Amino acid sequence: MITAIELGLIYAIVALGVYLTFRVLNFPDLTVDGSFTTGAGTAGVLIVNGINPFLATALAFVVGTIAGLITGLLHTKGNINGLLAGILTMIGLYSINLRIMGAANVPLLRENTLLTLLYDYVDRGVLSIVLLAVVAILFKLVIDWYLHTDTGLALQATGDNEQMIKSFAVSTDRQKIYGLMISNGLMGVAGALVAQYQGFVDIQMGIGLILVGLASVIVGQAIFGNGVVFQATLAVVLGAVLYRLAIQFALNAGLNPNDMKLLSALLVIAALLLPQWSGFRKIAKWRHGLGIGGGAATLTSDGAEAAAEGEMATKTEAQRVLGVPAGAAPDSPHATDATGSTAGKEN
Amino acid sequence: MLKIENVSKTFFPGTVNERKALVDVSLDLREGDFVTVIGSNGAGKSTILNTIAGRIPQDRGQVLIDGKEISKQPEHKRAARVGRVFQDPMAGTAPNLTVEENLSLADRRGAVRGLARAVTGSKRERFAEELKVLELGLENRLKTKVGLLSGGQRQALSLLMATFSKPKVLLLDEHTAALDPQRAELVTRLTKQVVQAQGLTTLMVTHNMNQALDVGNRLIMMHEGRIILDASPEEKQRMTPEDLLHRFTQLKGAALDDKTLLQ
Repeated sequence: MITAIELGLIYAIVALGVYLTFRVLNFPDLTVDGSFTTGAGTAGVLIVNGINPFLATALAFVVGTIAGLITGLLHTKGNINGLLAGILTMIGLYSINLRIMGAANVPLLRENTLLTLLYDYVDRGVLSIVLLAVVAILFKLVIDWYLHTDTGLALQATGDNEQMIKSFAVSTDRQKIYGLMISNGLMGVAGALVAQYQGFVDIQMGIGLILVGLASVIVGQAIFGNGVVFQATLAVVLGAVLYRLAIQFALNAGLNPNDMKLLSALLVIAALLLPQWSGFRKIAKWRHGLGIGGGAATLTSDGAEAAAEGEMATKTEAQRVLGVPAGAAPDSPHATDATGSTAGKEN
Repeated sequence: MLKIENVSKTFFPGTVNERKALVDVSLDLREGDFVTVIGSNGAGKSTILNTIAGRIPQDRGQVLIDGKEISKQPEHKRAARVGRVFQDPMAGTAPNLTVEENLSLADRRGAVRGLARAVTGSKRERFAEELKVLELGLENRLKTKVGLLSGGQRQALSLLMATFSKPKVLLLDEHTAALDPQRAELVTRLTKQVVQAQGLTTLMVTHNMNQALDVGNRLIMMHEGRIILDASPEEKQRMTPEDLLHRFTQLKGAALDDKTLLQ
């Protein structure tokens, strides 16, 4: 149970990366199967050679972004179909990963890793879960922040309406590359953390990872909603934990570990098909009416928005006190028109 | 301001489907010119807009803005100077982003998009102020996802987004054609208002003869990829829809579509 939640919180980083490509950019990126292991291998080999595990994990992020860059360039500059571009990078990375690792398996036993550091300070249990949850939430908040910056908003728009954002002078090619780089950088970090958690790097560890990510994103958002970014990323993190718990439950029920990939695939298929079934819509409506499940998630996001609004109000209040009418300044004849016409209407 | 020199474009050259969309077209717009473009289907009206915007590369000729050759630039680079509103009301806005987020995206036209917060309190106030011009109450719906707005509201918002970021050239591609008459009238009125207030150099394609005569200070008629009529402000003022229809019927093989005849 503890292992499932801890792993789920680490895999939440994978889920956040898949959310960026699959949901935000609308680009199913298969590079992740390769870049996850690249990150794990890079960090593993560095740690074995005595490099600080923080630095090793940070470098795993960097190699992940390079993998994303390659897929991005193949897709945008090479005009290769997105799925194929991801597959090409993923397969190429398999050989590169073997080169990095030097063997198909790199043990990290008796090495100082981020996870051994963690367990030096806290016991495994509630405390370690809380700390890992803090890490997962930090990653989530950074993604939330990024998506609300000028460049992050352009990234969102690239996935939402490419023609529109091009007409506002954004290079959609560049945005896709940015998105893929960040996403695969996250895969690298997650790979590095999983390797340190399990105590070894294995060349096979990334196989089927895209399904883990998709299952977390789809199941999480089906249960916890995806209204605003804040809510969507939270749903994705919770989805990753739920997914691990579901796998744990299946294993406890006596299922063969070899069947887990099939189970993951079936879970994703179910999550994709169920919402199309009319009976499910009735349940969703009923749930909505009672304000259970999705309602709770909506509440949290409303709270956040209300808080943000409050902050805004105080800011503008301060501006008024200082006598700086930043937004109200009629800096264009357009705005003067606006005030004129509304004033006229009120009279 | 905007200069088009001997631009030609042929689609599917050398095949049975070969179609000459633009034949040696030249056009010169002075700063603040508001030109309406009419013509039958396939006359090359949309192609000329798409050539300026960079969506369709021309075979020959040049496009210049402020004396600077832009015909080699990709679409998104040109968009720093060229604002557009499309025929499809869904095309000009991002449906899953909110009204204020869409405005913020438009606001950064041509500027560096960095890691600053996209929507801030002061920007929000400015956006609300700009939205009041539309008289659609959108200033009270800043946090509404644009996908939830009606077609007319989205098109009015598209127009505002395309113009308030102060482009050098504004391209309107039948932007009122997909709206009901009432909304079309509103968007036409807003167009006049905004173009005049900002003195935008504008090229507007339309199917509607009345609209073509009603707005703008210059009118051109296209047929089979050529400009066959270029009416100066004085000529345009004297023209009636009947005159234009008469010119059309004189053209050999010019087929007016139903939409035009009904108006």
